[in-house]
Amino acid sequence: MEFILHFPVIGLLLQFVAYLVQVMIENGGLIVTVATPIGLGALCGFMNERSGVVNIGIEGMMIVAAFAAWWVAALVVPVLPATAGPLGITLPLLVGLIAALVAGVLVSAVHAWLSISVRADQIISGTIINIAGLGITGYLGLLISQNSPATAGNFDSLTFPAGVISIPVVGWLMETFLEHGPITLSMLVVVVVLQILLYRSRWGLRTRAVGEHPRAAETVGINVIALRYRNVLLGGLLAGLAGAWFTIEYGNSFQSGMTNGRGFIALAALIFGRWTPIGAVGAALLFGLADALGTAIRQSPPVGDLGVMLTTIPAQVFTALPYIVTIIVLAGVVGRSTPPAADGQPYERETKAA
Amino acid sequence: MNLRRTISVLTIPTLAIVLALIVGGAVMILSSPLVNGSLDVTLPFVAYAALASGAFGSVDALVQTVVSATPLILAGLAVGIGFKAGLFNIGAQGQFLIGAVAAAAVGAGLAHASPFVAIPAAVLAAMIAGAIYGFIPGFLKAFTGAHEVVTTIMLNYVAIQFVAYLITGPLRAAGATFARSPDVGAASLPILIGDNGHLGIIFAIAAVPLAWWLLYRTTLGFEVRTVGANPDAARYAGMSPKAVLIATLSVCGLLAGLAGAGEILGISGYMPAGYSTNVGFDGITVALLGRANPIGILFSGLLLGAMRAGSNLMQINAGVPVQMIDVLQGVILFFLAAELLVRAIFRVRAAKAEVAELQTVSRSYGGQTTP
Repeated sequence: MEFILHFPVIGLLLQFVAYLVQVMIENGGLIVTVATPIGLGALCGFMNERSGVVNIGIEGMMIVAAFAAWWVAALVVPVLPATAGPLGITLPLLVGLIAALVAGVLVSAVHAWLSISVRADQIISGTIINIAGLGITGYLGLLISQNSPATAGNFDSLTFPAGVISIPVVGWLMETFLEHGPITLSMLVVVVVLQILLYRSRWGLRTRAVGEHPRAAETVGINVIALRYRNVLLGGLLAGLAGAWFTIEYGNSFQSGMTNGRGFIALAALIFGRWTPIGAVGAALLFGLADALGTAIRQSPPVGDLGVMLTTIPAQVFTALPYIVTIIVLAGVVGRSTPPAADGQPYERETKAA
Repeated sequence: MNLRRTISVLTIPTLAIVLALIVGGAVMILSSPLVNGSLDVTLPFVAYAALASGAFGSVDALVQTVVSATPLILAGLAVGIGFKAGLFNIGAQGQFLIGAVAAAAVGAGLAHASPFVAIPAAVLAAMIAGAIYGFIPGFLKAFTGAHEVVTTIMLNYVAIQFVAYLITGPLRAAGATFARSPDVGAASLPILIGDNGHLGIIFAIAAVPLAWWLLYRTTLGFEVRTVGANPDAARYAGMSPKAVLIATLSVCGLLAGLAGAGEILGISGYMPAGYSTNVGFDGITVALLGRANPIGILFSGLLLGAMRAGSNLMQINAGVPVQMIDVLQGVILFFLAAELLVRAIFRVRAAKAEVAELQTVSRSYGGQTTP
């Protein structure tokens, strides 16, 4: 093995892989945490786009849900008992979570109505949701923050005894994937369920059919409009979860524009993951890793030539990486990512006398 | 364009604005307990009066309105011309930033040169940089089918990081207390009117007839509109949709880059690392409200500029945060998209020759066919 290190490029590459693995092992939990809103947002996009509705309004849906969770939880905290159950779940937080889910579904309903019933341009509908969502939450958030409202706190993470964590491999897996709050844990469940349903259930088959060839789906008796509505609204639940993550799991307060483009990275993850649940969440994790790598290189760069090389890369490159990678993948330079064929096309039933 | 047609085109945007002001007023009333402690039915009137006086109440206010409208008109054209070709340019934000940083860099380099050299050089640099940043998604769409909506969104974020890198790194001004580029000095645009009515206003106002001429009086413009209406027909008629869409997005980028130059050279005089702007989203609103028509964009840009300019006085006099403008924008857009709803509310019949170009953007999304 020793001689390999004499070939500088291969040596550096191996060192880099080793460093990457080290970053992954040391920051596993953090990567999953950071990936949660992106992954859930991407799953929301998945629900929309696999049934043929483009959703670039994930960002707007998330910010409205984040606001709703924070605001409603703060509203009810003075009147509801706040005894914490497991995972730090209190009644006010639960009410906040429900508010976020409702908000996500309501905003999705606007998107569904505009893009399915009104047959407005779906991309413009998504843009409206982004602009209006950012506007209304920024406006109300500022007004509410002025009165320094009570905070409902946030969810706790699941913890395991030190003995369990110290088990090799299994302990690391549990620490990385399970030591999280309920929203992150729910993402891990949802992604598996959706992946199975997509390829193994009647719903999945119908959704794929409607997203690829709605006319054919209608011919065999599938109600295209109803299925699209249902999927977009269910997607709203996931955007609601993603939004709630910001204000009642990761943090406990709301700032204007706090989703900070995560909705758009979610879109990137969906495309990078080729419109499948596992792919989308996998991409979200990869983007989380890029993030962690950028931080790790600043804080504890690897020793030797590799460290010197990596520290010369500007930190901004790592932040921009998800976006650049998405463009490259979409352009088909590294494998092609093709959206569902009917994505973005409003469906119009054939009339009797066509 | 005859009068009846003009009125019919204006109907929906006007009604959308009226409805947005009503909804905005309702939001203000409902949120008034948060503003001044009790439910206040008069708050919208106070707020809108302050808004109007901040936008039109004095010569300074009027100048401020036009200054605020300047980047919005240019960004609106950058989005609107794209619409004409069936493209949704969400990347005006990124093109603006790249143009701005190019203007800041060239301006700083020529800070001690003659203004007659420095200004044209910095403005030209911004236009070229913006055009290149528009060329990228155009090229990707033409040759790989990557949809411009996604690529331009991604490029917006790349632009933010690129600017942050340049300003905290090679372009950082020595001795400044925060990360910013050096002063542009001689490249500063001269003030023509009032406190801050800079030369950039002329750029925006000149761009409107130029864009109109380009779209309706040149071969390229004809091709742009044909490709937008029906790419297959355009190809059949011997046009090259690929070349047209690359050219279109480059022109869009050029205009957004020019907007960036105006803001840096005319107002701030330098570029900070985290230049915060809403110009990309605002440009979309302006383009949609102006029905992607250059003349319409001029007026909708001025309207939004007036709202931005007056919002400060609204915040001071009525305590309504400036974010109210973002709410109004969102509601205006909602009613524009939900034209059906607006027609039902006001019992307006649809005009026969309604422009359909705004409903064609998503068309190519799923198929990802190379044009």
